[in-house]
Amino acid sequence: MGKKLLIHNDKVPGIDTLEVYRAHGGYSSVEKALKTMTPDQVTDEVKKSGLKGRGGAGFSTGLKWSFLAKPEGVERYLVCNADESEPGTFKDRYLMEKIPHALIEGMITSSFALGAKTSYIYIRGEYFYVARILETAIAEAYSAGWLGKNILGTNFSHDCYVQVGAGAYICGEETALLESLEGKRGNPRIKPPFPAVAGLWGCPTVVNNVETIAAVCPIINMGGEEYSKIGIGKSTGTKLISASGHINNPGVYEIELGVPVEEFIYSEEYCGGIRNGKKLKAVVAGGSSVPILPTELILKTAKGEPRLMTYESLSDGGFQTGTMLGSGGFIVMDEDTSIVKNLFTFARFYHHESCGQCSPCREGTGWMEKILQKFLNGTANESDVELLWDIQSKIEGKTICPLGEAAAWPVAAAIRHFKHEFLDVARNKKFIDVSHYNRLNKIIA
Amino acid sequence: MSSQIHGAQHFDKSKRLEIKFSDEVMQIAQTIINRYPEGKQKSALLPILHLAQAEFGGWLSPETMDYVASILKIKSIEVFEVASFYSMYNLKPMGKCILEVCQTSSCWLNGAEDIVKYIEKKLSIKVGETTKDGMFSLKVAECLGSCGTAPMLQCGASYHENLTYEKVDALLENYKSENKRKSYTDLDYKNTL
Repeated sequence: MGKKLLIHNDKVPGIDTLEVYRAHGGYSSVEKALKTMTPDQVTDEVKKSGLKGRGGAGFSTGLKWSFLAKPEGVERYLVCNADESEPGTFKDRYLMEKIPHALIEGMITSSFALGAKTSYIYIRGEYFYVARILETAIAEAYSAGWLGKNILGTNFSHDCYVQVGAGAYICGEETALLESLEGKRGNPRIKPPFPAVAGLWGCPTVVNNVETIAAVCPIINMGGEEYSKIGIGKSTGTKLISASGHINNPGVYEIELGVPVEEFIYSEEYCGGIRNGKKLKAVVAGGSSVPILPTELILKTAKGEPRLMTYESLSDGGFQTGTMLGSGGFIVMDEDTSIVKNLFTFARFYHHESCGQCSPCREGTGWMEKILQKFLNGTANESDVELLWDIQSKIEGKTICPLGEAAAWPVAAAIRHFKHEFLDVARNKKFIDVSHYNRLNKIIA
Repeated sequence: MSSQIHGAQHFDKSKRLEIKFSDEVMQIAQTIINRYPEGKQKSALLPILHLAQAEFGGWLSPETMDYVASILKIKSIEVFEVASFYSMYNLKPMGKCILEVCQTSSCWLNGAEDIVKYIEKKLSIKVGETTKDGMFSLKVAECLGSCGTAPMLQCGASYHENLTYEKVDALLENYKSENKRKSYTDLDYKNTL
């Protein structure tokens, strides 16, 4: 069993309360940082740790923090991206619901490093009940003096608030999130300027994912160098993986980066293999936006090496033969799954979620959904496969934000690896669907 | 001041509820506004729209949107453009319990479509419609972050996960007997696993 740093205490009764959380070592990183370190020293530890953003983009957190502009007399902000909406991803919800103080502790320690007097946790609106849990935890933190004026008797004062969204995947994009936090439509901004220079209300802002901020606590507690010893190569530390689909044990798993994919899918310690004795067909390893891979390419790289759960290994081969770790939304599909229909659910998703600013995205996502609907109706032609490829290729790189890419990549990957399926449906002019409910056959708690 | 947003629709004011926050709710609204720096109260728009939707019949009428604009001292169009962008705001009256069944990838892989068809049959409505007694509305939603416990649906603040036809029967019965409007802002939410 690998080392766990984030959700090791998730089954402890009362771990969502400050009392129990503190009794299990909670808020030690705040004590250590505020009493024995300078803000720059905290940032240095995060840099040494090699922590990469855990929301999906995987950008170096220490580097992002170091970009923060620090002009005199201008407020700085830390904003937590709790908008978790990437299909297949539910690990932030798990962490916030079970151990809310882990996030709040991370917010305080990180804000100290960044010099932010105020921070906001932007949480998706559908997670309203989780927002309540966070608000309760924040109130406990204020009562105990972990938030508010002069924390632990130091010069550092901090306020943390929960901001609820209202249903928009695009608000997971950091600039759209800031627009929404300012009370506007979630339209992404053109970058530069980056939020580190001009973010919330034009002030220098760092936007980080829930898990990234929570990871700051163990990093400060054990030291960045110790943290970097976990994992393989540039993929340091642990990651929360949201496993779902046709597996025996769906759920959130904290893994040391470097676990072999085959072990992750089949071992009883993790997903426990494919349900109902079926065979694996395909995996979307990091949330809907990353390329889908067939069995032979998800278990091994194109070179024949075993695939590992790391940023580097999953990206081996680029998009020709590889994928990405992304958000860690690990969706497993068995042999009876229609790749065409799964792609349709993704295409429908992206079309619905497009903010509408950029023509290639707004129109392109709509066309892709319509064409895929033709496949499901049995009215598609073989030429529609080429048409789909053509449309997705014209979106990439031509939009203000990466939602365009996120919509194009799944289409490209599905056609690249499963073209025969699309052609079969088009040639036979028939689409046969399976009832996935009837195949459930699982024991529901 | 009546709004011109939806093109001169005039409502009989004597039949409508008064669009004004009670003192208690106004205090909550003020607490929200106080989270932001001076002059940035527009940031309260999304949270206050949730409040207003819950207070005034489960939807945002033009009158409600005008009222929110007046509290935040912004223009009505600024409220409407936000209300029309985000999927959780209802711009027309809905049933008391809005059943939102997730339909994206992992939920579809675990039978979400069958759950939707089952509810359609049971309530004799199609997706997007409301039952004649105004009790239930059926919507499909995009990924709700519950992929490991699929299929599932959301109703108000409550998540109902690991659904089976039997569990759907049970929760429909519960909501019917409770006979209350469900809002995202409810504090008495009850999740089921």
